[in-house]
Amino acid sequence: MGGLASLVARLQIDWETLLTVNLPALIVVLIAVPLVLFLYIMGTELIVRRFPKRAQPTVRPWIWVGPAILLVSVILVYPMIGTIIRSFFDRGGSNFIGLGNYIHMLSDGGVLIVLRNNLLWLLLYPAMVLIFGLALAMLADRVSYEKPVKSLIFMPMAISFVAMSIIWQFVYYYRPPDVPQIGILNAIVVNLFHAQPITWIQDTRFNNYALILIAVWGATGFAMVILSAALKGIPGELLEAARVDGANELVVFRRIILPLMMPTIVVVGTTMVIFALKAFDIVYVMTAGNYNTDILARRMYAELYAAQNHANSSTLAVILLIAVIPVLIFNVQQFRAVEARR
Amino acid sequence: MPLGRATRVLGLATTAVLILAACGTQQSASSGKIGGTVHILGTWSGAEKASFDAVMKPFTDQTGVKISFEATRDLDAILQTKVAAGNPPDVTAAPGIGTLIKMAKAGQVIPLDDKLDMSQLNANYGADWINLGKVNGKLVNIYAWAALKGLVWYDPKAFQAKGYQVPKTWDELITLTNKIKSDGGKPWCVALESQAASGWPGSDWHKEIVLSQSGPTVYDSWWAGKQKWSSPEIKQAWTTWGQQILGSGGSNVYGGPQYMRATTFGDGGQGLFTNPPKCYMFNQGSFITSFFDGYTPKPTAGTDYAEFALPDVSSSNAGAHVVSGDAFVMTKDTPQARALIKYVATAQAQDIWVKRGGGKIAVNKQVSLDDYPDPISKAEAQTVQTTKIARYDAGDLMPTDMRDAYWKGVLDFVQDQSKLDSILANLDKVQQTAYVGAS
Repeated sequence: MGGLASLVARLQIDWETLLTVNLPALIVVLIAVPLVLFLYIMGTELIVRRFPKRAQPTVRPWIWVGPAILLVSVILVYPMIGTIIRSFFDRGGSNFIGLGNYIHMLSDGGVLIVLRNNLLWLLLYPAMVLIFGLALAMLADRVSYEKPVKSLIFMPMAISFVAMSIIWQFVYYYRPPDVPQIGILNAIVVNLFHAQPITWIQDTRFNNYALILIAVWGATGFAMVILSAALKGIPGELLEAARVDGANELVVFRRIILPLMMPTIVVVGTTMVIFALKAFDIVYVMTAGNYNTDILARRMYAELYAAQNHANSSTLAVILLIAVIPVLIFNVQQFRAVEARR
Repeated sequence: MPLGRATRVLGLATTAVLILAACGTQQSASSGKIGGTVHILGTWSGAEKASFDAVMKPFTDQTGVKISFEATRDLDAILQTKVAAGNPPDVTAAPGIGTLIKMAKAGQVIPLDDKLDMSQLNANYGADWINLGKVNGKLVNIYAWAALKGLVWYDPKAFQAKGYQVPKTWDELITLTNKIKSDGGKPWCVALESQAASGWPGSDWHKEIVLSQSGPTVYDSWWAGKQKWSSPEIKQAWTTWGQQILGSGGSNVYGGPQYMRATTFGDGGQGLFTNPPKCYMFNQGSFITSFFDGYTPKPTAGTDYAEFALPDVSSSNAGAHVVSGDAFVMTKDTPQARALIKYVATAQAQDIWVKRGGGKIAVNKQVSLDDYPDPISKAEAQTVQTTKIARYDAGDLMPTDMRDAYWKGVLDFVQDQSKLDSILANLDKVQQTAYVGAS
């Protein structure tokens, strides 16, 4: 106990700061907010009851969903429209220049590399996450130590992208050929393949793939867990019947497992596509967009904060928005298709 | 209707809670010393934060003002967000002042001329240092300490073993570089990796050469965006650095372009201390000794390493040096913030900075040379005193997007020096838009 007391003393905890909580604000949040919501529903119910009986079921949902629509309008739709309008004005924000910003951005060689990199992320990241996730789900399903294996692979999901990047900086660490390598990847390259060490982060032949691999490492566990759940949902009789009928494992996978899992695969895939479009942290930490690794979100950040160029940043935001729209439409369609099948 | 009564009761309860909440937020006024808290936004962590805490302790003891310090390596973005949200910190301590200049021009920084005792400041600070803190004729920032850039670090034992002499002129430096190379060694170590700021150590080389080669007039119009990157003076500084120091394809540098771009600036000096040395010279600011202290085995100042200031490239600009320092600005006018700004300018505060090492040199002239902890920092303080032409880091004075493009240009240049013309054309293009709205 003495040890514990000295430990606590050594921690030098600033109790005053630690225990200072804005009590009134806390009370407002804990009591007043639910109360106001409750009053809103009760109060509006009074109004709804004044409507004719037949109109009530039509009015009520609008009143319930109203606050949400209002919030989304204020914090999402309004800024979005503002950004779109802003992208048609010059840097000062006073002169309308039509598509001038878009022409300027798309004729900039740097932005074209940014778009190419986003395309790489868009294609490779979801594909690799799905392939690894599906393979691991299938393999783990067939072994007795499934749970520990899945827990281990899922673990990176709990790490922030920034921490992941720091971890992988050690994996990709470069030292000149005349000294021993301490990064695992270059140690393998030098000792197993007797090749020159590679600057994974700086070398434009490899760096984009090196960065995408970090994100894949982080998300594979997530995909694996969800796909594994879908896999377990496939009735055993179906698989058995197919095998009895003489189908080999490849045919079972292609004709039964894959079609039945398709809705889940689509959901995971579109989530990953949206993640790929929003990617920022890894590139920001690893290269800051140098060495031809820049992507839309990071470039937008640089234009907004470093250059304070609101015309360029708005334009990039709109390009990003346009890129997301097809994915959103596809996603909604898929959800509808799944709903219709039920 | 029963629902109606319930609603009314609940409404009363809500009102009561809200009134209670409103009463609770009023804070009682403090008495005695100034008291209260000053919120500071800065970049320090680790050893630098410990030094900052040590400097602030007497301040808190004397005034009762508590320090609330928020650290970020992304100071420009955080500061702009806070200011735009109407929630600026009381005081900002910034290593780069490009953003601060923009903010000062927009009236978001509080001028200090009428807040400080200017006659006392004039007595304690050199005119150059006060002028460096002025924007549009108004004093907006105060330097808490200075640091020298353009110092060449070397191992005296390695120099002695090979019979190398410390060069006194630029020609001697180039002769030495070529001699080390012909002896089979690598003359230089260069390390450019610094995450989002990668490339800046190379820009230090370049801007030091610009100032010393072409003089302060060219230097000033260049960072102000009035001189093109492709102009002969600025281009000449690139080729001088590339051909005379780096050598073709980076052949004068240990590890070549790959090592330069992949190595963190703080680790760049490690090649000096190996046996045999991987390289003999390493150009970096005075702060680098705090990174040397982290090497294993830890090198000793004086015996394992020493420094000499980069010699004058042109004798017509003798004694020209690029200096840096952390600038304190007041972003919100509170009594606590005024007291803090006043305090960091005192000899008492700066004495603590310099005694804790880390290459910090006092700006306040009342700090004695005897207070420097080792012969190296004492020599640097003497160099600061003998500096005839002092200029602030040009990169930090440029708009942030210009500076970022400068750093990026360095990374491209060391990889392939033959691309210089296209790099400069691109920098000219950025220059055309970066200064819009910044003038």
